[in-house]
Amino acid sequence: MKSVSRLGWAGLVGVLVLAGWLLPRWLVFLLALALAKGVAVLSVVVLMRAGLVSFGQGLFFAAAAYAAGFAMRWGVRETLLLVPWSVGVAVLVGALAGLLVARYRDIFFAMLTLALSMVLYGILIKAYGVTGGSDGIRIPTPTLLGVQFSGEGARLVVYYLAVAATVVAAWTMGRYDRSPAGYLAQAVRDNELRVAYLGAPVPRVVYLGFLLSSGLAGLGGVLTALNVGHVDPGLSYWTTSGELVFIAVLGGTGSVMGPLAGAVVYELIRSYAFKYAPYAWQMMLGAAMLLIILFLPGGLWSPVERLWRRQTT
Amino acid sequence: MDKLAVIAVDGLVFASWLFLVSAGLSLIYGVLRILNVAHGGLFAVGAYAGASLVVAYSAAGLWPLGALLALLAAAVASGLVLGLVVERGVLRWTYGREPVMQLLVTFSVFLILEDLTKLLWGVSPYYAYQPYQLLGQARVAGIDYPVYSFLLLVVAGGTGLGLWWFVRRTRFGRLVVAVIHDPEISVAMGVNLARVYVTTFTLGAVLAALGGAFTAPMISVVPGIGVEVIVLAFAVVVVGGLGSLEGAAVGALLIGLVRAAAVHLVPVLELFTIYLVMAAVLLVRPLGLFGRIEARRI
Repeated sequence: MKSVSRLGWAGLVGVLVLAGWLLPRWLVFLLALALAKGVAVLSVVVLMRAGLVSFGQGLFFAAAAYAAGFAMRWGVRETLLLVPWSVGVAVLVGALAGLLVARYRDIFFAMLTLALSMVLYGILIKAYGVTGGSDGIRIPTPTLLGVQFSGEGARLVVYYLAVAATVVAAWTMGRYDRSPAGYLAQAVRDNELRVAYLGAPVPRVVYLGFLLSSGLAGLGGVLTALNVGHVDPGLSYWTTSGELVFIAVLGGTGSVMGPLAGAVVYELIRSYAFKYAPYAWQMMLGAAMLLIILFLPGGLWSPVERLWRRQTT
Repeated sequence: MDKLAVIAVDGLVFASWLFLVSAGLSLIYGVLRILNVAHGGLFAVGAYAGASLVVAYSAAGLWPLGALLALLAAAVASGLVLGLVVERGVLRWTYGREPVMQLLVTFSVFLILEDLTKLLWGVSPYYAYQPYQLLGQARVAGIDYPVYSFLLLVVAGGTGLGLWWFVRRTRFGRLVVAVIHDPEISVAMGVNLARVYVTTFTLGAVLAALGGAFTAPMISVVPGIGVEVIVLAFAVVVVGGLGSLEGAAVGALLIGLVRAAAVHLVPVLELFTIYLVMAAVLLVRPLGLFGRIEARRI
């Protein structure tokens, strides 16, 4: 089983690397954006493991994106410095927010995370002198190991960065799923009280999941910022967070692959639907989500997963 | 002293608006245990229906104050239709699923309603200023206020009293209370759960549309007005305690007054007041001011 999934992963990474060469430029750009979003969706899935739904991942998404923007403004343009720094900022924000939020469950958790992300949105809008208000901050092309790329090359660098980050995120997620903290998180979802009675540190498990989630969301945020070349307060708006939850449900939350596949499918559908039916694309998304929840509760990826499992056992 | 009076008036007006847009959300949560994100969509539909009916009515040149009745009629009609369609068509299939899934279902309905309003009414703004203009201005605490703001107070008060009467004094209302406390036992005692659910949801939808319709004259009705309302209404309901009507009223009052105070004293904070109040209340009382503690099930 393990070797099969490892083979599958290696094949997928190979396909993604080749895609950078072969696919038309606009599609590569779209794919990079989808992968960045996929990483952020993983951050939603981490929390769903513990039965928590966050409607405020935009908080970390935007915090990391703006952290990159500020670093650029201060003259740091090296990708290998920017990414850890931005993720670090997101985790720091998560560590602070988690102190408040990790005590709550269900709808209260959803609402509090939402409220925090909206507070950041308010700050980003109001602090015009520092954050540029609703105009946001421009992100210039970063360097890689001190080499400045431009045009096509820069695009490819960002794409491969996204591929690498996706691999790292997926690996981390897989490790987490098979770690004691990961198993405990799933137990917390099933019955928190019993887990507590068994003597397991429920608050610590939830807090840890929250930290991991903020880091992943931050990684997605900084990738998005480098991709788009611009950050604005909309990254922290609750619809951004809602979109991530939507993709998580679309792809299914049982695996690591599902959310990533969901993100790619979502970006493709969105760009086409937005082009051909600008006033009806939300409606299509809504209808699609309804159908999935009612008829395919495991998400789009679940039939594939079932097949996979049947073949490997 | 003057400033205090201004804050009180502003706060009361804003609070009555908040109550109007959040009462339906609280009612639906109380009975169905579903956080209805589609509330914002229903609000938007109510606003559009109200605005277009008022425009049509005013163009007909009939009794001018009838425009207010037009608002009411638009709200009731759109709320009735959408409430029935959404509950019977979608929501009833999700009873018994995880709350998070139900949340996502109503989120999908919200997305669908958003585009439905765009397809039906287009994307250019609607202005239904007639009722607003008609009522003129009144001088309170040395400042001119539009009388329409006070009408809002009356409508919100009437809605609150009406709901209280419905829940506490009618036969059906008592059935609703029974269902709120224990759906399983109620069914065992012969309560028709499906009927209670569909009636409550439709009533909640009408309230959402009512909030939208009476907001329409004060704003330009454009796509996207529903989004903000969801967040605001959630905050109010969470502060008051999910599912409690008294809580919604107190939450609206609290947030309304604090926001008015912030607007006049520390304008920078205005955008955050709602979230600050919410975070502060939840820190002290995790279930909101009037939240009911549920028995823990192991």
